[in-house]
Amino acid sequence: MQIGVISLLDGLVYGMLLFMLASGLTLILSMMGVLNFAHASIYMLGAYFAYQISRWVGFWPAFVLAPLLCGATGAAIEVWGLRRVHHNGHIAELLFTFGLVFIIGRAVQMAWGMLPLPYRVPASLDFPLFSVYGENFPAYRAFMLLVSAGMLFTTWLLLKKTRIGLIIQAALTHPGMVSALGHNVPRVFTIVFAGGSLLAGLAGVIAGNYFTTESGMADAMGPIVFVVVIFGGLGSLAGCFIASILMGMVQTFSVAVDWSFADLLSPFGITLAANDLAGEILTIPVSRIGPLVPYVLLIVILLFRPRGLLGTRET
Amino acid sequence: MSDAAETPNVRVLPARRRAAQTIRYWPWLAALVVSVGLPWLFYDWQHARHAGFVVSMLSQTGMMIIFALSFNMLMGQAGLLSFCHSVLFGLAGYSTVHFLDAAGAGQLPVPMELMPLLAGLSGLGFAIVFGYMSTKQRSTAFAMITLGIVQLVTTAATMFHHFFGGEGGIKTDRVIGNSLFGFEYAQSIEVYYLIVAWMMIAAVGMYFHTATPLGRMANACRDNHERAQFVGYDPRIVRFQQFAVSGFYAGIAGGLFAITYEIVTFDAVAAPLAANALLMAYIGGATTFFGPVLGAILITLMQSGVSLMSNSWLIYVGVLFIAMVTFAPAGLTGIALEHAPIARAGLLHRLALPYLRILVPGLIVLFGFVGLVELASFLTIGMAQGRRLALFGRTIDIYSATPWLVSLACLLGGGFWLSREAGQFKRVWDGLMEIARPGESR
Amino acid sequence: MKRLRSIAIVLFALLGMALWGPTARAADDTIKIGYIDPFSGAFASGGDASLKMFQFIVDYINAKGGALGKKFELVTFDDKLQPAEALIALKSVTDQNLPFVMSCVGSNVGSALIDAVNKHNARNPDNRVLQLNCGQLATELTNEQCSFWHFRFAGSVEMRAVARIKSLPQSVKSVYLLNQDYLFGQSIEKDTKRFLAQYRPDIKIVADEFIPLMQIKDFSPYVTKIKASGADSILTGNYGPDLNLLLKAAVDSGLDIRFDTYLAHVIGAATDMGPSGEGRVTSVLDDHENIPVEEHNADAEEFFKKWRATHDFMFIAVPSVTQFEMMVRAINQAGSTDAVKVAQELEGMEQKDLFGVTSIMRKDDHQLLYPYYEGVFTKDVKYDAEKTGLGWKTEYKTTVADETLPTTCKMKRPSS
Repeated sequence: MQIGVISLLDGLVYGMLLFMLASGLTLILSMMGVLNFAHASIYMLGAYFAYQISRWVGFWPAFVLAPLLCGATGAAIEVWGLRRVHHNGHIAELLFTFGLVFIIGRAVQMAWGMLPLPYRVPASLDFPLFSVYGENFPAYRAFMLLVSAGMLFTTWLLLKKTRIGLIIQAALTHPGMVSALGHNVPRVFTIVFAGGSLLAGLAGVIAGNYFTTESGMADAMGPIVFVVVIFGGLGSLAGCFIASILMGMVQTFSVAVDWSFADLLSPFGITLAANDLAGEILTIPVSRIGPLVPYVLLIVILLFRPRGLLGTRET
Repeated sequence: MSDAAETPNVRVLPARRRAAQTIRYWPWLAALVVSVGLPWLFYDWQHARHAGFVVSMLSQTGMMIIFALSFNMLMGQAGLLSFCHSVLFGLAGYSTVHFLDAAGAGQLPVPMELMPLLAGLSGLGFAIVFGYMSTKQRSTAFAMITLGIVQLVTTAATMFHHFFGGEGGIKTDRVIGNSLFGFEYAQSIEVYYLIVAWMMIAAVGMYFHTATPLGRMANACRDNHERAQFVGYDPRIVRFQQFAVSGFYAGIAGGLFAITYEIVTFDAVAAPLAANALLMAYIGGATTFFGPVLGAILITLMQSGVSLMSNSWLIYVGVLFIAMVTFAPAGLTGIALEHAPIARAGLLHRLALPYLRILVPGLIVLFGFVGLVELASFLTIGMAQGRRLALFGRTIDIYSATPWLVSLACLLGGGFWLSREAGQFKRVWDGLMEIARPGESR
Repeated sequence: MKRLRSIAIVLFALLGMALWGPTARAADDTIKIGYIDPFSGAFASGGDASLKMFQFIVDYINAKGGALGKKFELVTFDDKLQPAEALIALKSVTDQNLPFVMSCVGSNVGSALIDAVNKHNARNPDNRVLQLNCGQLATELTNEQCSFWHFRFAGSVEMRAVARIKSLPQSVKSVYLLNQDYLFGQSIEKDTKRFLAQYRPDIKIVADEFIPLMQIKDFSPYVTKIKASGADSILTGNYGPDLNLLLKAAVDSGLDIRFDTYLAHVIGAATDMGPSGEGRVTSVLDDHENIPVEEHNADAEEFFKKWRATHDFMFIAVPSVTQFEMMVRAINQAGSTDAVKVAQELEGMEQKDLFGVTSIMRKDDHQLLYPYYEGVFTKDVKYDAEKTGLGWKTEYKTTVADETLPTTCKMKRPSS
């Protein structure tokens, strides 16, 4: 029970963080069809920018400025890069963002060095908020939850209640028609790309000091974010939200599960040893194969429901 | 390249026809000659041995050529972007290590020359298993399933020991003492020739595959899968079979990998290798058959060769990628193909001078860019590592303004000059295209 | 069109020749060591740190005269932490007739290199190379996989495990084992359990857990499990984010527990831990910068001060200093850099290290034996680590005798 409640809270925080990262990517992918491999790199840039700015003027200005910088970076990438490549097809755009991953990765190493940076939680938030079954729940986690929820709400508000939001929603599912109606779709693309990058940067700002800030962080987050986006389905932020929370919970709860398939069989008197590949697969505890589970889920859902959970269209 | 174009006149004399056919295949012969002879260009006469590093690089290139060609069977020919191609390569490699162990222990009476065939068959087997899942979908969903597969297999490879050896991988000894021609395969040059032989076999096989009904239908499904359905073929079956065949050839490459390095680790199934295949196929030119060959040569050179000279090789790869994607999406062979009309009109020599005129500023821009990247990298990383930055043997002082200004000047000045020459070049090009293909606007 | 392709291939071949040309034959007036480590990609920080320390050591040794009147020179190769790339780099090393190859990062690379060097030396007796292992720690490398051509100048996992277990205070009665799920982590787990059974049978192992390498971002579920287990100490071989995130999660949730680690002292760890590590993190180190202060060794203190003047991370390569001093003696005694002669001089050699303790290069398995220091991360020190204000203080020191462990090595020696 204790583990259940705590894991629930932790899974929620992690899931919300995933959602912040994945929502930007889902918007970009749904609307522009671009598989933005550089999304996790922008997340990394957000953390690095925040570190640098907080060294100069403190955490709270960094909290505002770093995401804006990331948004600007995203806009620059879109205007000067992706737009030129757009007519060459989806694969070309994908490869373009791929090339960016290399460049950003090395540039970050060159600018800030190869070691992890001492980007720390600000003192004003570094205290335990409340206690659950004797374990402290740090205030910063609550802050992360708050920021993610606030961002979700703001994005929802923007998309549903503003004019530009309506256009974006339409362009999410029918970009051709929106263009035919006379809207400046390229500019909408830029706005969406910049917005997605801003969200990624924001995720980096609040996660970079809670987790570590180092040059491998893009590679660590990248794959799981893609899984979330595809699982949730294209064109649907709600699906992305559900997928993020689900993945967060799965990752968190699997840690607590120490039994393996062999344990399921032992009540029947069948014992297994890890003497060969089959034995190994059956005796490995779930907590060790936790990281595999999201990919298994991805494959399963794509086999039977290629739109993802709540996807509105297939690409 | 349909057969109709190849037999223009049925009254050609038999002798001339045979000669014409041989001449048609001369690029293959040339490639064979070059592959066989290249190590001897670097032979170390003083120590009476081959340059080991050169043979290694050539072996790696040979393997990657097969790998990239098999990847292009999916991407270029069938329109399937697969991120899990490395899984087929790597799993065949792991299997080959087990085969070699069994052969060395006398349990598997297969000669070394046929080991790649065994590897190919295991690649085929794995491709059938994974292909059954992934080809249920097409386009983006297919790509995503393959992404899931590659992550799954990579993580599994580090966890399970009996087949994968865990994170340390599994090793073997390729001197199994069983060969059709009596070779020991202890020396790398012998393994290299094995690779050349199988490279030719695989390339010929894949080339003829493009002319088979399956190869043709793969193209059709790539271009318009609905229309292919109307014609009567099930695109799913076509995709599945194409995936399986490409797995066979990827398996051959994986087997050769295991034989050459005698060790296979999880890197051989991981996503970066699949990304490599994508790079090679795309940069070389996914729209032609031979594009991936060119791409494989170039990328292997860059990764193993350039990385010896500079730790910022990742930036160069990234920039090359972006440049190709922006300006030459059809790859290097695509660029070459665009010259075809002009070549046919016999006007190719008219481009010689314009090319020279953009080559010079192009080299200057390259020099400036590389200079800046290397200076910046040295300033932040290299210097603390105690290295010295040297160009043509002379140490460069990064604190003086000269190298920075020179690089910047080259980059900006060269860029400006290049843009002007590029405009001029375009005019010449358009003029020639007008002559070669009158009335066709570009 | 096909003609163009062929022309292109030939052009590329020529380009390749042009590119390979510059990897020129080196001059003969230095003793070159081919140094293979990751210098690009995600693990570049490891290679980068090692290179800096080795450059410092080489300068130090060269200032004392080098060997046979020649200075040492490092020739670096990037393996991107991939065994296949390391093997290609090895080909380059042997191509250039470099007599030594050295590698510090990644036991998987070390293992691949041992195999490759064995095969190369057997197949090319006129161009043999010696392998110097400066940091690949898996115990197997000097046991099951031992080789005449391979010398390890860094303490194996089992040597560290001895120090780790013997230094646990009597107040620790139960431990939670947590390690990374790969060759190195599994090696640590095996040896930790072995020596717990041997030296501290009173300690109860409440859990024995593996985590996937560098994948977990959120360690709070693990912290919950650890708390529920009631262990006195977390005994872990984790490093990098896997250690720092675990520590952060534990501190944040208020879990008051000892962290008895193997690698909390490597580069970047002090910065990442920061004040949250104070007083609760211990590690087993080859050396740290406060030892000269504790032992009143002015020369060693000077050495470290010189290092600190130009670097801002801790120097942890004192065994590598011993490595070079041994090599100087071996090359001088052998009169050349011939692999067999140098190896025969090296094995069995005894050498005083920077702190005056006699280290032994054991003949049976080519493992360097030297004492280990168990230290705690605290404020109460003269020299801090990575400008955090906290540094390492010795709590326990093993002896060379403690570290002399039985080996299963059956070394095959060359007849010539």
